[in-house]
Formats: sequence, C-alpha cells, structure tokens
Amino acid sequence: MEEKVKEIIQRYSGDKSYLVPILQDVQKEFNYLPKDALCAVSTHLSVPVSRVYEVVTFYKAFSLKPKGRYQLSLCMGTACHVRGAELIARNVEDILGIKEGDTTPDLEYSFETVGCLGACALGPVIVVNGEYHGHMNIAKSTKLLKNLGKKVATDDQD
Amino acid sequence: MTKIKSFNELKSVQERFKAGRDPKKPCITICVGTGCLAYGTQKLVDNFREELAKRNLADKIDFRTTGCHGFCERGPMVVIAPDKVFYQRVGLADAGEIIDKTVLKGEIIDRLLYVDPATGQKVVHEDDVPFYKKQTRLVFGQNSKVDPESLEDYLAIGGYAALGKALTGMKPEEIIQEVIKANLRGRGGGGFPAGWKWDSTRKAEGTPKYVICNADEGDPGAYMDRSLLEGNPHLVLEGMIIGAYAIGSSQGYIYARNEYPLAIKNITRAIEKAREAGLLGENILGSGFSFDVKINRGGGAFVCGESSALFASLEGRAGEPRAKYVHATDKGLYDKPTNLNNVETWANVPFIIEKGADWYASIGTAGSKGTKIFSLVGKINNTGLVEVPMGTKLREIVFDIGGGIPGGKKFKAIQTGGPSGGCIPEKYLDMGVDFDELTKIGSMMGSGGMIVMDEDNCMVNVAKYFTNFLVSESCGKCVPCREGIRRMRDILADITEGKGREGDVELLEKMSTAIIDGALCALGSSAPNPVLSTIRYFRDEYVAHIKEKRCPAGVCKDLITYSVNAEKCTGCTVCSKVCPTGAASGERKQVHKIDVVKCTKCGACRESCKFDAIIVR
Repeated sequence: MEEKVKEIIQRYSGDKSYLVPILQDVQKEFNYLPKDALCAVSTHLSVPVSRVYEVVTFYKAFSLKPKGRYQLSLCMGTACHVRGAELIARNVEDILGIKEGDTTPDLEYSFETVGCLGACALGPVIVVNGEYHGHMNIAKSTKLLKNLGKKVATDDQD
Repeated sequence: MTKIKSFNELKSVQERFKAGRDPKKPCITICVGTGCLAYGTQKLVDNFREELAKRNLADKIDFRTTGCHGFCERGPMVVIAPDKVFYQRVGLADAGEIIDKTVLKGEIIDRLLYVDPATGQKVVHEDDVPFYKKQTRLVFGQNSKVDPESLEDYLAIGGYAALGKALTGMKPEEIIQEVIKANLRGRGGGGFPAGWKWDSTRKAEGTPKYVICNADEGDPGAYMDRSLLEGNPHLVLEGMIIGAYAIGSSQGYIYARNEYPLAIKNITRAIEKAREAGLLGENILGSGFSFDVKINRGGGAFVCGESSALFASLEGRAGEPRAKYVHATDKGLYDKPTNLNNVETWANVPFIIEKGADWYASIGTAGSKGTKIFSLVGKINNTGLVEVPMGTKLREIVFDIGGGIPGGKKFKAIQTGGPSGGCIPEKYLDMGVDFDELTKIGSMMGSGGMIVMDEDNCMVNVAKYFTNFLVSESCGKCVPCREGIRRMRDILADITEGKGREGDVELLEKMSTAIIDGALCALGSSAPNPVLSTIRYFRDEYVAHIKEKRCPAGVCKDLITYSVNAEKCTGCTVCSKVCPTGAASGERKQVHKIDVVKCTKCGACRESCKFDAIIVR
C-alpha cells in the first residue's frame, strides 16, 4: 500500500498543495481511504495526519468506509428534486435496507445522493458504477435494483 | 502542431485550417456532451465511424464529435452540413440509414425530425427549430462548430485571433479599459464588474499574481460552465491568457469539479495542445509574455465556489472561507494578488477584444451587457442550455424557447440563482432578466440555473430542500450559517410534517435577517433567500401547512393521503402490482382501493396509473 501511495505522490512531484487530488487518486486506487494509506500520505507528503484527516472529512468526495460492488449515486439536483427524486431515494433506501451514504453489510451496494450531475434533461438520474440511468421513477428504480440482483419484496407477490 | 511564433504566423495557420474546411462538403456532427453521452451516444459515434469506413467514405464525408449543443432534451442529436439537417432522438442503429439516405442522396428521414409541439409541424433544419431560433448563441454557439479535442478546429473558426490582437496591438491597460467599457459582469454569481477586478489586481503590490478560472460549478441545476469547458475549452483558455496578460500574471489555475471528468479531460488536452502550439508557456506568439495554467480538481464542496474557500482548497486545505476585509485582488491565493473569474466570464473575453467594447455593450440592458447562458430545467418541455441577451423576458425563455410546462400543467414558479437565489412567481414572468432586476425581486442571477416548477411542487418543500442542501454544505466556520440554517431547516421540517406552529413564519423571517447580517461569507448571507422568497410570494402555502395541516400541492407526506378516484379507475390492476406494501388492491376491472394503514405514501401507484385515478390530498 505504501509503495502505491508513494507512486501517486510522485505524480504530483510531492507538492503539498495537491493534497486533495492526491487523496482522490488514492481513493480511486483502494476504492476508499484506508487508515494506513492516510498515514502513508501524511509521512511522504510531510503533512500532519490531523490535517489529512481534516481534509478527508471536509470534502464530500472522500470515504473512510469501503464502498460496495455496485455504487449507486442518485442525483439530488434541483431539477431532479422537483421531478420527484426524494421519493426515489426513499424507495432505494427501503429496498436496500440502508440509509443514503451507507453500504450494505455484504459490500454489494453503496447508495449515495449527490449534487447536480448536470444531466438535467434525464432527471431523475441514478448512476450505477458510472453508467447513467435516466428518467427514473419509483417503479424503474425497483426494476433497476432487481436487475442488479437485489431481491425485492414485490417479487413474492408475482 | 509546430510552434506559432507570431500573430502573422497565427493568421496564416488559421487561414490554412479554414481552407481545409470546405463549407460545401457534407459533415455529420454529433453532440457528445455529458448529457448526450448519458443517452448512450458513444455507441452511435462508433456506429457512424464503422458505417463510414465500410462504405469507404471517410475521406469524402467529414465526421465531427462536438460538445454540448444545448438541446439536451432531444439527444442523441445529429446535424448534417451543409444544409444543417437536424435529427433528434437518433437511435443507435440509425447511422447507416442516415449516411445512405440523407448524406448521400439528400433524402430526409421523417421519423427523426423534430416536431414543433405548438404547430405540429416537422422541422427539417437546425436553425428553424424554435428552441434555437429565439436564442442569441454568441458564446455557446461555437460549441457545435468545434471538436473540443481539436485545436485545429478552433483555429479554423478564427480562434486565438483575439489573443493575437491583444498581445501585439494592445497595452495591458487598454485591454482592461476595453473590458470595463464593455461592462462585463461576473457570470458566477455576484455580477461584479470583471474589468474593475482586473484593474485592482494589476495595480496591487506583490508578485507573482495569479489568475484563476472558477469551474467549481456547484449550483444544483446549472451546468453551462461544464458544457463550455467540455465543449469549447480553447475559448475559456484564450480568455484566461488575455486576462493574465492584462493583469500581469504568469501563472493560472483552473479549479474544476471532480464530478466533471469529461470537462477535466478536454481542458487538460486543450492546455497541452496550446502549449505545443506556442499559445501557452514561454514567449507566447513571440510577444515576450509568458503564462501557464495548472488544473486542480475540487473535492466536492459547494462552499469552494466562494473565492477565499477556493484558494484554501487550492492550497491543499479544507475549503473554509475567510472574512473579506482584505480583497482577493490584494491578498488571494498564497496571499498574493489574485483575480478569479468564472468559466463563462472568461469565455466572454475573446469576443470583447475581437469585436470591441462598443459592439459588446450594444447587447443587453443598461446595467447588464452581453448575453447569459441559462440552464432551463425542471418541469419544462425543452430542457437544455439557453443563451439569450440580458433583459430577455422570463416568459420568452420559459414558453417560447422552453416550450412551456409538460402535461398541460400550470406554471407556478421559476427558481433562479441556485441555493442563494429565490423563487419567482407568475406575476413577474414579463420581467426582463438581468442582474439588477432579479435582485430587486428577491432572487439573483447566480450562475444561471433556472428551475421551472409547476402546480405539483410544494414551495415549502422547495424551501426545505435548499435549506437542507445548505445545511449539509455549510463549512461550519461561522455560527450564523452553521447553527442558524440548521434551525431554519428544523422549523421547515416541522411545518412540512404538520408540526408547524403559529409564529413560525415570522420566526423564519427574523432568523433570516440575523443570518444575512451575521454570516461570514456570501454563501451564508444568501442562504435564507430561498426561504424568504417563498414566504414573500407563497405565504398562503405556509399558512395552509401550519394552520390547516394541509399541503396544497400534495407533496408533504405527513399531510397527505392517497385514495382512488372511483370514476377514473378502470381496474387495470397496475397500482396493486407496483405497490410495495400491498396497500393498493382490487379485483380486475373493479374499482381499486388503497388501505391508508398499509400505505407508505411512496408514490409508486400514482406514477404508474395511466388514468390519473390516484388522488393525493
């Protein structure tokens, strides 16, 4: 892990002002920010670990917890909101049994809500591992989760 | 590309590329902006390339992928030059047919044409589409003419001519005077005159001086900056280089949202190509002026759009703003004189330099010059990016360009200015939109988001939405913003949950005043705007929630119940199938009913009912 972190820091010539992009790259590498990686960033960039922690907890893009195999981001921009994104969020939470920002215990699904993705024409939008699913509604979000392999309560009734 | 060493050389290079673009040669243009890519357009692009190769037409027909054209509602979009035949909602398998019929034989494929909903007429040519026809696409129009990855394309349409003119024929002070005379105001939110900011930075003591492009577009519902950076990165870059020369800066930064990977990729490539061509780096165009640009990706914090928070983030710290008794123009990034403008502001600069301040100032209103790009989204038929002269009436934007409200619903309000702005009711639809008019009625220009709402949107819920957003985005440094907005959110939540009390509205107003006066930065002091403007124009909705425990729009869960309209229900059983709790039930062809005890008010039945038979009250 330490070698990988060193290599990422090298990409930015060890410049401290690139702390945010460095942490972004580290997160990309490990899918989240493990404690050891943060300590390695601190050591090799000569930035106190408290500062690293401050930055990591300040910005939304960083996660100190591992993310699931399927990462679902629901756009909560204003355009999506007025088209009913909130109801979809509750539906996804109900089906996955977790709150937004969390990951299922089996590490299969992570669900988060994000600021505007700028795909307002498609709103409401869910992005699954980088793939956009537009014009979402409650029924479609249920179907989307079914297709990802999630067992859904309404299955039993069919 | 080899280094261009002078303005004259630049002119001959431009001529050469221009000559290489025969206006009569057929050219297929496809929008590959983020919006269209989300429709799966990349596959269509691959199909076109494949079909062209199969027919050995790669040399005879030009093929260009471009940035966002703005009409996101109708993607994937294909425009075929020279006649500019406009195809919308193009299927991924349509590539071969378009080549064979339209490009080779000039036949029009009827099913891909846009139908004007107002007249029912099919529209063949791009320029005749009402959405485009009523716009003035000064800044944004170039997007459909260039491949963002190609410097050659940008040079072919005369790109970097303004830079050449500025570097060889104008003194820095003259450039600043020109921008002041044009009265270019900041497009990022505040509307501060850019020329004066440049002037202060130039005159400030201390070196080095920095210029920064703010591409941390955090307003939910606004994406024009992304589309410019993504679709025409050289235009933004050219504006920055001119600004840097005028200010006397040798180092620039672009601070971009990490959520915009394509914009970051395209601007990175543009910087590399500009460097290669001698348009960036040492001794630009042989003028002796040197300037370079670095890109920094943001960490996802709304507050980083605020200048001093952005500097903190650029320095590798948490993005907390500081008090503004010392201006950024004196002490900004690393405590050095810094000039920060947003993407769209920079993109306007080359036009002012090339065509002159008088020409620029002839567009717009007395206090706001030029055009503004708005992102028209929400409950609107033609979702997309719209560029109009300052002073254009809201009604024209919403109904003539935007095509009105879907589903025959009634217009209720338009929200401008993002979380710092306000909701504008119907009575102001005939108002001309510019910086000052919007401020007068309690909203603001912001970065240009326009979110349309119809009768089904609850204004208290909208106020709660923005306040919620601001609670999670407040950096927490100052008490009025951190605690004040949170309390306001709690009060709003109570109101929407039927726990509102008499006097809550007055308390919200009082708290707003305190936050406006006490917050440290502009984001905090503008945070109460969505609440204040909804109270100002939709007070009756607040009263209905508090006194009658009723949500007139049928949105707030705790104040509504679902039932079935027996006259409309056909017993199709769809609602009972989608209901996750079994609350909706009934026999086939019999009127269904909803068990209010089991009902979780998730809304699945209402959205699936084709007969509008679910009543929410």
